Amino acid sequence: MELICPAGTPAAFREAVEAGADAVYCGFRDETNARNFPGLNFSREELGEAIAYARRKGIKTFVALNTFMRAGHEDLWYQAAADAVHLGADALILADFGLMAHVAETYPEQRLHVSVQASASNPDAVNFLVEAFGAKRVVLPRTLTISDIARLARQIRCEIEVFVFGGLCVMAEGRCSLSSYATGKSPNMNGVCSPASHVRYRQDGSDLVSELGAYTINRFPRGEAAGYPTLCKGRFDIADASGYAFEDPVSLDVMDQIDALREAGVSALKIEGRQRGKAYVAEVVSALRKALDARPEERRALLARLRLLSEGQRTTSGAYEKRWR
Amino acid sequence: MAVDKPTLTLGPVLYLWEGEKWRDFYFRMADEAPVSHVVIGETVCSKRLHFADPYFPLVIERLVAAGKRIVLSTLALVTLERESQYVRSLIADSPYPVEANDLSALALLEGEPHWIGPLVNVYNAAAARVLAMRGARIICLPPELPASSIDEIVSQTPGVDFEVLAFGRMPLAISARCAHARAKGHIKDNCRFVCKDDPDGLPVKTLDRQSFLALNGVQTVSFTCQALLAELQDLVASGVGRFRLSPQDCDMVAVARLYDEVLQGRVEAEDGVARLRQIYPATPLSNGFHHGKEGAAWVARARNIAHGANA
Repeated sequence: MELICPAGTPAAFREAVEAGADAVYCGFRDETNARNFPGLNFSREELGEAIAYARRKGIKTFVALNTFMRAGHEDLWYQAAADAVHLGADALILADFGLMAHVAETYPEQRLHVSVQASASNPDAVNFLVEAFGAKRVVLPRTLTISDIARLARQIRCEIEVFVFGGLCVMAEGRCSLSSYATGKSPNMNGVCSPASHVRYRQDGSDLVSELGAYTINRFPRGEAAGYPTLCKGRFDIADASGYAFEDPVSLDVMDQIDALREAGVSALKIEGRQRGKAYVAEVVSALRKALDARPEERRALLARLRLLSEGQRTTSGAYEKRWR
Repeated sequence: MAVDKPTLTLGPVLYLWEGEKWRDFYFRMADEAPVSHVVIGETVCSKRLHFADPYFPLVIERLVAAGKRIVLSTLALVTLERESQYVRSLIADSPYPVEANDLSALALLEGEPHWIGPLVNVYNAAAARVLAMRGARIICLPPELPASSIDEIVSQTPGVDFEVLAFGRMPLAISARCAHARAKGHIKDNCRFVCKDDPDGLPVKTLDRQSFLALNGVQTVSFTCQALLAELQDLVASGVGRFRLSPQDCDMVAVARLYDEVLQGRVEAEDGVARLRQIYPATPLSNGFHHGKEGAAWVARARNIAHGANA
């Protein structure tokens, strides 16, 4: 199985390549990708250099153009696709049918991957994208168990890539407007979720309160570590009880399921985290590379130290485990 | 291009209502509500299908007898084999047009005239044209779209009728996980259908007791109710010919009559808003997405005019 690694900067890109990535994914510095954060991503020149560098090392580069084109401004996405193709991207990761159709028609030789944001969660959906746009690989939404994935793999005509480590969307990706409901900015339209521009922390007595837009997302009593107010990882009141209504502040880690994923028919394992620094990328990629290459009985020790890097130091198997539902 | 005679569509009941409540709702809508089309069928959770099933034939019969045009809804999230099978057989057997709410239905409906629901991501005319070429005739656009995107998509996609969600809590997210069941101490696989206890959704408040969201099984909806009334004439002028009313647990006949009167120009939009607040009093109204703001926001008409005058 390939190891697909994130890069938000040219420096992180080099670290990922050096640490053992089989492919690195990244995006341009604008709203054409779903990690449109200040200070992140690549200029055209940087992407060209990164692709050339990766190619010399025998590593592939995937370019994420995985937001939905803003009506009337499609040229921004079309130009990004043109530039990524001409710079030599090994694959484009796309979510929008309109952009898929454009790429399939204009660059029929270009390898096209279906982004997790397209939310193709079943065989009919995946085969539609294969037939309509020639998709070669689908990144599965984090809504499936490993046995769901195995069943799917037997019925589809393209490769499967799954997320194994890093941030975890609780909602079906690409189908969530919670962020824009609170802030006006969404993953689909703006490439951001719970954007920092709308985050505020305030002290209220002994509590630190985190807010997103006009809404309180969490309260941290003195002594409790305060996390970032990602909307679906907040604490809310339902009826008379307070708690993490959707998901705790945990991150995904299913590296202990590598063999089951391989048997299920998965071709590529994906690490989330284009917003992470180069040190994080280097450490995670190198640990996961070693784990992937190691014998099963050696893996546990190799993976243990990774837990420390995870958000809140707590991890979950997410939807891969049936009881998570 | 402006539409001559805009019409109202009743969207599917998104919540789990007891079978008899569900039946009586549709009987009354059939007899009294000025809606031309009714999109009907479970959309949120495949576990709920058996609640409405016994009443389905009677309800369809009553709606057809009343002259309503039927459209069958499909599931928003299809992951299990039995869910795939359900969508396949629904599409294969349906004597009525079907509305696609995920990519599997979209795939299966190719070549047949069909509807696209608001949960399919149509953010631009290029995407709308792909769907139109595959047989989509009516597209209900996602609630997140601002008016500028709606105008652009409608004007650049000939051969398709467009619909916009004009009333109802907005569908914001769907998950494999059931937050509703979990809030009541269960998990999805052993949920005991607790969502049945909240026919208008289970409110989610912030820790500072601000009303924020509502849970509907695996779906999360807005706490606010989308209310496009003052915006209707502009939408009609830009070519939107259909307006969707998404059922809430309130007097939906009154809602439909009100929207009909506003569309026909018999009631002023401002008066319509005031009346809507009386019909559905516990829920604040919003139209923020339409105005390019946060979805929960309410943009009053007067402010729009002031902005226009200053521009």
